[in-house]
Amino acid sequence: MADIIEKFVTTDEIKTDEYLVNMGPQHPSTHGVLRLLLKLEGEIVHNVDPHIGYIHSGIEKMTEALSYPQVIHLTDRMDYLSAHMNNEAVCLCIENALQVEVPERVKYIRTIFDELQRLASHQLWWCASGMDLGALTAFFYGLRDREDILDIFEETCGARLTLSYSVPGGVMFDIHPNFQTKVKAFIKKFRKILPEYDKLLTDNIIFQNRTKGVGILSKEDAIAFGVTGPTGRASGFSCDVRKHNPYSAYPYIKFDEKIGTDGDCFMRWKLRMDEMWESLNIIEQLIDNIPEGDHAVKMKGVIKLPEGEFYQRVETARGEFGVYIVSDGKKNPYRVKFRSPGFSNLFTINHIAKGWKIADLVAIMATFDLVIPDIDR
Amino acid sequence: MTNEQLIEQLSKAYPAAATKQGGQYPEITMPREMLHSFMQNLKSEPNLAFDYLVCESGVDYPEYLQVVYHLESTTHRHFLVVKSNTENRETAVLDTVCDIWPTAEFHEREIYDLLGITFNHHHDMRRFFLDNTWGHPLRKDFKDDIHVVER
Repeated sequence: MADIIEKFVTTDEIKTDEYLVNMGPQHPSTHGVLRLLLKLEGEIVHNVDPHIGYIHSGIEKMTEALSYPQVIHLTDRMDYLSAHMNNEAVCLCIENALQVEVPERVKYIRTIFDELQRLASHQLWWCASGMDLGALTAFFYGLRDREDILDIFEETCGARLTLSYSVPGGVMFDIHPNFQTKVKAFIKKFRKILPEYDKLLTDNIIFQNRTKGVGILSKEDAIAFGVTGPTGRASGFSCDVRKHNPYSAYPYIKFDEKIGTDGDCFMRWKLRMDEMWESLNIIEQLIDNIPEGDHAVKMKGVIKLPEGEFYQRVETARGEFGVYIVSDGKKNPYRVKFRSPGFSNLFTINHIAKGWKIADLVAIMATFDLVIPDIDR
Repeated sequence: MTNEQLIEQLSKAYPAAATKQGGQYPEITMPREMLHSFMQNLKSEPNLAFDYLVCESGVDYPEYLQVVYHLESTTHRHFLVVKSNTENRETAVLDTVCDIWPTAEFHEREIYDLLGITFNHHHDMRRFFLDNTWGHPLRKDFKDDIHVVER
């Protein structure tokens, strides 16, 4: 901190009317421990300097001492709201490297879990960002409905957040006998609840005034900054990995890639709401057609990847997640790099928050859907 | 453009660089002197148009450090992996690409923090996750008696 202030002071970068304020690391709207060093003039934001690393846990370094199945358990802890997608990315990477073909049943189960996880993540995003913008009711509604999905997860794989359900070659257990009925019951219930969500916030005039036209990110900037996921798609950047590089059961199903035009906070909001409807459609196409068969193929006790480099991308709830594994043929990876969506998304914030007020910065951060362990790794 | 066409075009235009089909994507290893102009061409040439830098990672090898760029074109939807090696592990310097893809600014700060590769012409080469008391932990010879417990 001292050296940064010194830098600004010595180079005359602070004008007379400007001052520096720390937002975070313990600010409720940063959703974790993120510190934004704001340069303000009155209430107007002139510069945002994100300082990260408060919960940097060195996952990439840790993986170098672990075996491949152990690496999967660490990926839960990065983006804990997209745990299953992260697991799946590592599993797909290992399966591609070993050229293992997983049973059709596994592909269906994984895709249903992906979409349930996306729904759970968007629900938490919806309620938390409602709270950021001053609507506390949303928080209770969102957490109430998210519970149903977590119960489904718990019944099948024993965990609610850190699933670790995917393993190389398949999934850890077969689905619970109640799985299909419970998922169908949830979809039926949630289709009635989603319009309530819209009534509560999306159609609310106060909410619209807070978000419409605020924090506009153009398509060119979205591509240049590598902003993916609903945040990028709201700016018109077609970046859905499920569509462009389909994996698991996504090639078998029909779904729309939702693309927005405005790129403002309201569009990002609307796009995630639309994605929830789309996720319900995807699950409905799959849930009755899960093929019979094994839930995993037999893998060797010690998994060793052939020498070489492997890259796998999947679509998490926040955007494109990539796993880059460099293998030297041993049982530990030589180097693992996780391309996390939140990392690229966060650093556009200086670009689009300039000139807006602090309260708008909160709206921008809310609609960016940041998860800090995903950024810090 | 298919992978074969991409490899053919690149190996014709850049005979000094090693172009090959990797496991999944075409790979090109660029000498570091030509890296910046090559990257600029990748973005500006209409039939290549690599406008989306997906991922930039650093890898520590025994002889040198390597930076790996995963690039995608949002118009043609082709994918390319570009690699560039530093001279050796002591003078680990490469040219920045953050003037071409702004997202690289932060990926490069991360690489500098964790691997100690410095990027020329990068305007903000500060530590990222860690403070100045740390070394560069993703290097294979990193030893830390305080924070790291050897098993």
